[in-house]
Amino acid sequence: KSSVQSLGEEQIQNPYTELLVLKGHHDIVRFLVKIDDYRFASAGDDGIVFLWNAQTGEKLFELHGHTHKITAITAFPSSDACKEKNYLILTASADRTVIVWECNSGKQVQKVSCFHSTVKCLTVLQRLDVWLSGGSDLCVWNRKLDLLCKTSHLTDADISALVELPKNCVAAAVGKELIIFRLVVSTEGSEGWDVLELKRLVDHQDNILSLVSVNDLTLVTGSHVGELIVWDALDWTNQVCECTSWDPALHIVTQQEIKLSQNQREVSIQHLTSDEECVFAAVGKGIYVYNLQMKRLIACQRTAHDSTVLHIAKLPSRQLISCSEDGSVRIWELREKQQLPAEPVPTGFLTMWGFGRANKQASQTAKKMQESTSSYSLELIGDLIGHSSAVQMFLYFDELGLVTCSADHLIILWKDGERESRLRSLALFQKLEQNNDL
Amino acid sequence: MISAPDVVAFTKEEESEEEAYNEPALPEEYSVPLFPFANHGANPWSKFSGSKFTKDFILISEFSEQVGPQPLLTIPDDAKVSGTFDLNYFSLRIMSVDYQASFVGHPPGCAYPKLNFVEDSKVVLGDSKEGAFAYVHHLTLYDLEARGFVRPFCMAYISTDEHKIMQQFQELSTEFSKASECLKTGNRKAFANELEKKLKDLDYTRTVLHNETEIQKKANDKGFYTTQAIEKANELASVEKSIIEHQDLLKQIRSYPYRKLKDSDFHPYEPECVVDQANTIFDQDSTTSNPAEPSEMHHHARMPSYTPKLIKAKSAKCFDKKLKTLEELCDIYFFTQTLDQLNQIEKMFRGDVCYLLTNQISKALLKQQTITNFLFEDVCVLDEKPEKQYGGCQLSNQDTVNTKCLEQFLIPKVLISMGSYKSSVESVPIKMEQEIEDSQEPEVTEPIAFDQENLEYLDADIKGSISSGESIEVLGTEKSAAVLTNSESQASLPIQPSPQMIRSKAAGRRTISEDSIEVLSLCPSESLIPEDFKASYPSAINEESYADDEGRGPYLSPRLNPANVKEMEGNSEEEKLLPVDSACCIGKENPNFVESLPDLPQKHCDDDDGVVSIPPQPYRQVDQGFHVNFSDCSSHDVSGGLLSYELDPHYLSSREASKISLDEYSDSTSYMSSAASTCSDRTSSPAHPLSHFSERHRKKAGQNALKFIRQYPFAHPAIYSLLSGRTLIVLGEDEAMVKKLVTALSIFVPNCGLFAMPVNHWITSPLNIMDFQKWKLIGLQRMVSPAGVNMLHSLSRYSRYISILDVDSKTLRCPLYKGTLVPRLADHRTQIKRGSTYYMHVQNILTQLCSKAFLYAFCHHLHLPINETETEDSVVSRRRNFLKFHLGLVNEDVKVVQYLAELLKLQYIQEPIRGSNPVLRFDYVPSFLYKI
Repeated sequence: KSSVQSLGEEQIQNPYTELLVLKGHHDIVRFLVKIDDYRFASAGDDGIVFLWNAQTGEKLFELHGHTHKITAITAFPSSDACKEKNYLILTASADRTVIVWECNSGKQVQKVSCFHSTVKCLTVLQRLDVWLSGGSDLCVWNRKLDLLCKTSHLTDADISALVELPKNCVAAAVGKELIIFRLVVSTEGSEGWDVLELKRLVDHQDNILSLVSVNDLTLVTGSHVGELIVWDALDWTNQVCECTSWDPALHIVTQQEIKLSQNQREVSIQHLTSDEECVFAAVGKGIYVYNLQMKRLIACQRTAHDSTVLHIAKLPSRQLISCSEDGSVRIWELREKQQLPAEPVPTGFLTMWGFGRANKQASQTAKKMQESTSSYSLELIGDLIGHSSAVQMFLYFDELGLVTCSADHLIILWKDGERESRLRSLALFQKLEQNNDL
Repeated sequence: MISAPDVVAFTKEEESEEEAYNEPALPEEYSVPLFPFANHGANPWSKFSGSKFTKDFILISEFSEQVGPQPLLTIPDDAKVSGTFDLNYFSLRIMSVDYQASFVGHPPGCAYPKLNFVEDSKVVLGDSKEGAFAYVHHLTLYDLEARGFVRPFCMAYISTDEHKIMQQFQELSTEFSKASECLKTGNRKAFANELEKKLKDLDYTRTVLHNETEIQKKANDKGFYTTQAIEKANELASVEKSIIEHQDLLKQIRSYPYRKLKDSDFHPYEPECVVDQANTIFDQDSTTSNPAEPSEMHHHARMPSYTPKLIKAKSAKCFDKKLKTLEELCDIYFFTQTLDQLNQIEKMFRGDVCYLLTNQISKALLKQQTITNFLFEDVCVLDEKPEKQYGGCQLSNQDTVNTKCLEQFLIPKVLISMGSYKSSVESVPIKMEQEIEDSQEPEVTEPIAFDQENLEYLDADIKGSISSGESIEVLGTEKSAAVLTNSESQASLPIQPSPQMIRSKAAGRRTISEDSIEVLSLCPSESLIPEDFKASYPSAINEESYADDEGRGPYLSPRLNPANVKEMEGNSEEEKLLPVDSACCIGKENPNFVESLPDLPQKHCDDDDGVVSIPPQPYRQVDQGFHVNFSDCSSHDVSGGLLSYELDPHYLSSREASKISLDEYSDSTSYMSSAASTCSDRTSSPAHPLSHFSERHRKKAGQNALKFIRQYPFAHPAIYSLLSGRTLIVLGEDEAMVKKLVTALSIFVPNCGLFAMPVNHWITSPLNIMDFQKWKLIGLQRMVSPAGVNMLHSLSRYSRYISILDVDSKTLRCPLYKGTLVPRLADHRTQIKRGSTYYMHVQNILTQLCSKAFLYAFCHHLHLPINETETEDSVVSRRRNFLKFHLGLVNEDVKVVQYLAELLKLQYIQEPIRGSNPVLRFDYVPSFLYKI
């Protein structure tokens, strides 16, 4: 019954032929964050933060400080003005603290514990050299951990996600609402900032789960019931939100959204990512690619995994990686379908999803699309099986490999075996040279 | 083990034989009767199986000044060992041939007795009547109460096999020298203590006498001395003299040249002793500037409990008192240490000479490939005796590349010398005669010359030898093995006597004997071999030694200093001295003193600086983490190596360990599955560091492997899986059966690192990715319960990482194999019957494979571009061509070599994190299902 695409044991395009298991955590590992080109941090429900070397798999530091599970983590790169590279990471935990760590020494720099509730999200505004914490209220901090300003208590729900927008704005997902805040220079103090609530957008029918800023003009949100709304990121002042439906079959109507008729669990938009052209959405078990210019869905894989897709990422090489609760990581390639007139993708999906009302238009657009552009497809080119439980997240380290973290407490470093072998040879001859054995 | 002659498998004496190969028994009429002596544990090659003892043993005897030669103890300490063999008689025989120039006495130029630090002598004796041959190691211990302060002892290794003694002469000599050195160190310590006590006694006596004299003087105002007073004064003078003499003796014993400390042969004693020796050295230094005082103070402080006694001016006659036992002569610690060493020696030389030689050759060969050894060799076996060198060759371990010399030299050496020794034994019945300097017999030099080391033995001085009764054959003597280690440097010394002279000295002393005493070779060590003399033997052996010289040149240069030369001069003169019975009681003039060199001890001391500094060697630096493997086991860093080897807790969980544990399990009949079988903790069990087990284990594993390849037509892909690093899972319900198979297959598993053999014999819980990272061969329980479903699920999930051998349904799921390597390794039509032989066969081919992997991994241009413009693609194609055409690998064999090369690289680079947590490499290749 499951139409999950499967790949044989022969995977020529899969470069990952070597793996390294990194042990350290003793509970679910939920977060991975890149510190610089070769280091990353991992955190999870055991409240411990580990710093790793992505090349060697070496454990650099083990950071203890939180007593509860970690709810948010972000890297705080040093500002450009600062000469010495001083990498910080911020971690927020269910123990209602936020700790700032210094990555080079593995020391705790400072601990903030004046929160009324758990901080659920952290974001850094690099331009302003401040960071924000979102929980039951939104707080703005500077690098020295001075509280610059905070919003009033949000009654209905906590902030679950934050994203930076142009013009010193941030969008916060609070339940079903999307609230736009703006940071303005405080009238009184020189250092001070004030935070103003600009707009509440209440177009979503259910909780907003994912939030991504595509570029300076566009913001995309996805909700639990599968609504995906594309917002104009600039027009907050007008308070006009150009919301387009992600259903290409429909005409561009403001504030149109798609409700997927199926089980909510299967349609919830878990994660969004984007490149300049497209938005990639992890919807239930599937992956969907929405083109912003064409304003339509260009490719999809309805059941990409056996279980909910938790995280997706676009690689530079037209490849897409997804990880899922089924414990696997899959590598996809977005391929152009060369003039295949047979059953255009969107129509098929529409019927499958049961968009009854759009039937007519669907066929129309299908025809239109055939004329205008070629369609795309997502081809599975490799899968990585290693984790025995849900893969929560992954980090793509370019040629260093891929790091995945999972509910089975493990982190796996996937590497290109060929490259590693070459590097080892190089190291070997270097060592020989050092010892004058050559 | 690299070498694998079929015969060798039969020749090792073992505790327990493996059960016979389980083939249907032959009909009675076809069976061949067993070798009649087989039940004695003897082998058909043993010539003297009818002799009075069956196994080799070590005998320690003393030439007691009271009762003459007497046996003291045997090792093993068991009456059965010597059987009906007459130890007393044999003691008499061996003690009657003593070439040791032991001498203590008053040299004419000097007023005081001198201690000589005599080198041990080494002789090979044969008693054809008794069927006994012995390596005899003579040594002297100091005893203040003994005649001339010396007690002659000897340690003898007694065997029925003459060839064994001759072939193993070098090794025996080295080992016994160590033991002897240990004993003598203890003895010196005890002797010094004894001297100190004696000094205190004398001091006390002097005070008492002095007081008495004073009293007499006061009492006597007549102006002349009574006879009594004169007597007292004489007595006092005698005591004074005695004190000076004893002080001098003490100084001498303390100034013993401790160069041995820095030598390879020195054993790491307990720290206390080291400190002690350091103190002694310190004392020695201080005594040169300020005699006796500081050291005495030091020792006074240490032994405050001793109360001095009054001693009579004339000590008791030697015959009256009971002589000290050997144990009393030495410090107890050193005594037990020596016994341990002797036990070790006995174990080391157990078995047929053929076995020993093969073992030594393969060990020497293995030492040449330190980099690849960890893959398939038992590291324990290698490290068992890290300091042990194959005496014949003295490989300088740092040049591992120098393999050519092995082929040129090692094997021919063994063959030739075996023959030549034999011929000389039979054809030249000669007698050893005293002090014949000029008789020359050219053929004698020949057998010696074949043995490379013996080139150095061509020295002259044999003195103090006593021709003894009939039927004793003196097969070889040697003065000192300690000097052998630096013989090479000595050989290249600038000053040399003319070759003719050496020759004439060396050749001599052989005449036909009436009473059948045969002296077969004489090996006094301190000799100089001029280059031209060497060159006159254009054999491969000499070439080798040249190569060796070159290789070692830079390292040994500090040794080439004048002190060394002087020392040798001194020694040779020393050896010319005739042995004399010196005075047994102090204070009496002995008329028999012969000229001696007064400054001899100093020269020994000088020698100290000469040998000290050896620059660090390349491989040492390479692997500080894991240096048991890579460190050259060269003589210079033994103590360090040993120490870490003892300290390392991982050592026990080595390949050996897991093999042992599996060996126990693999016995299907006796093993009862119990609580222990639920080894869900995936750690290898603690080890018994005994080599017997591994020997037995190998047989068993080999046997099972043989069965496996005969029984399963798909053995090849299974073995390929193991060799290419793909985890093989043996799945079955019956634990014993699974374990047996795992045991069998374990001989094909390459080790990923030094300390862990990646084999797990029995797992009952579902597998996860970590298991494949850690284990390359797993025995897995098949369960029917829901848990079993879970497990099967995990197996299918991870199917890309594993091959599954299902014991119950006799199927194998694994990638295709079409290479040519494994068929050679596991030919189901093989004629090999015995497990151990098959094991050696496997090791043989695997070693070949290792060398290929080594070449592949360490060939620079295969992995890096020759110049900057070269593209990666051309390197890749070069690599491919190398594997295909140079190494002759086809199809999947390439992957095996690549995997092994990858392991080599990893091991060599030694990324610490990966050492403990190895990377898992895999391929995306389809699997197939094989059925019987």
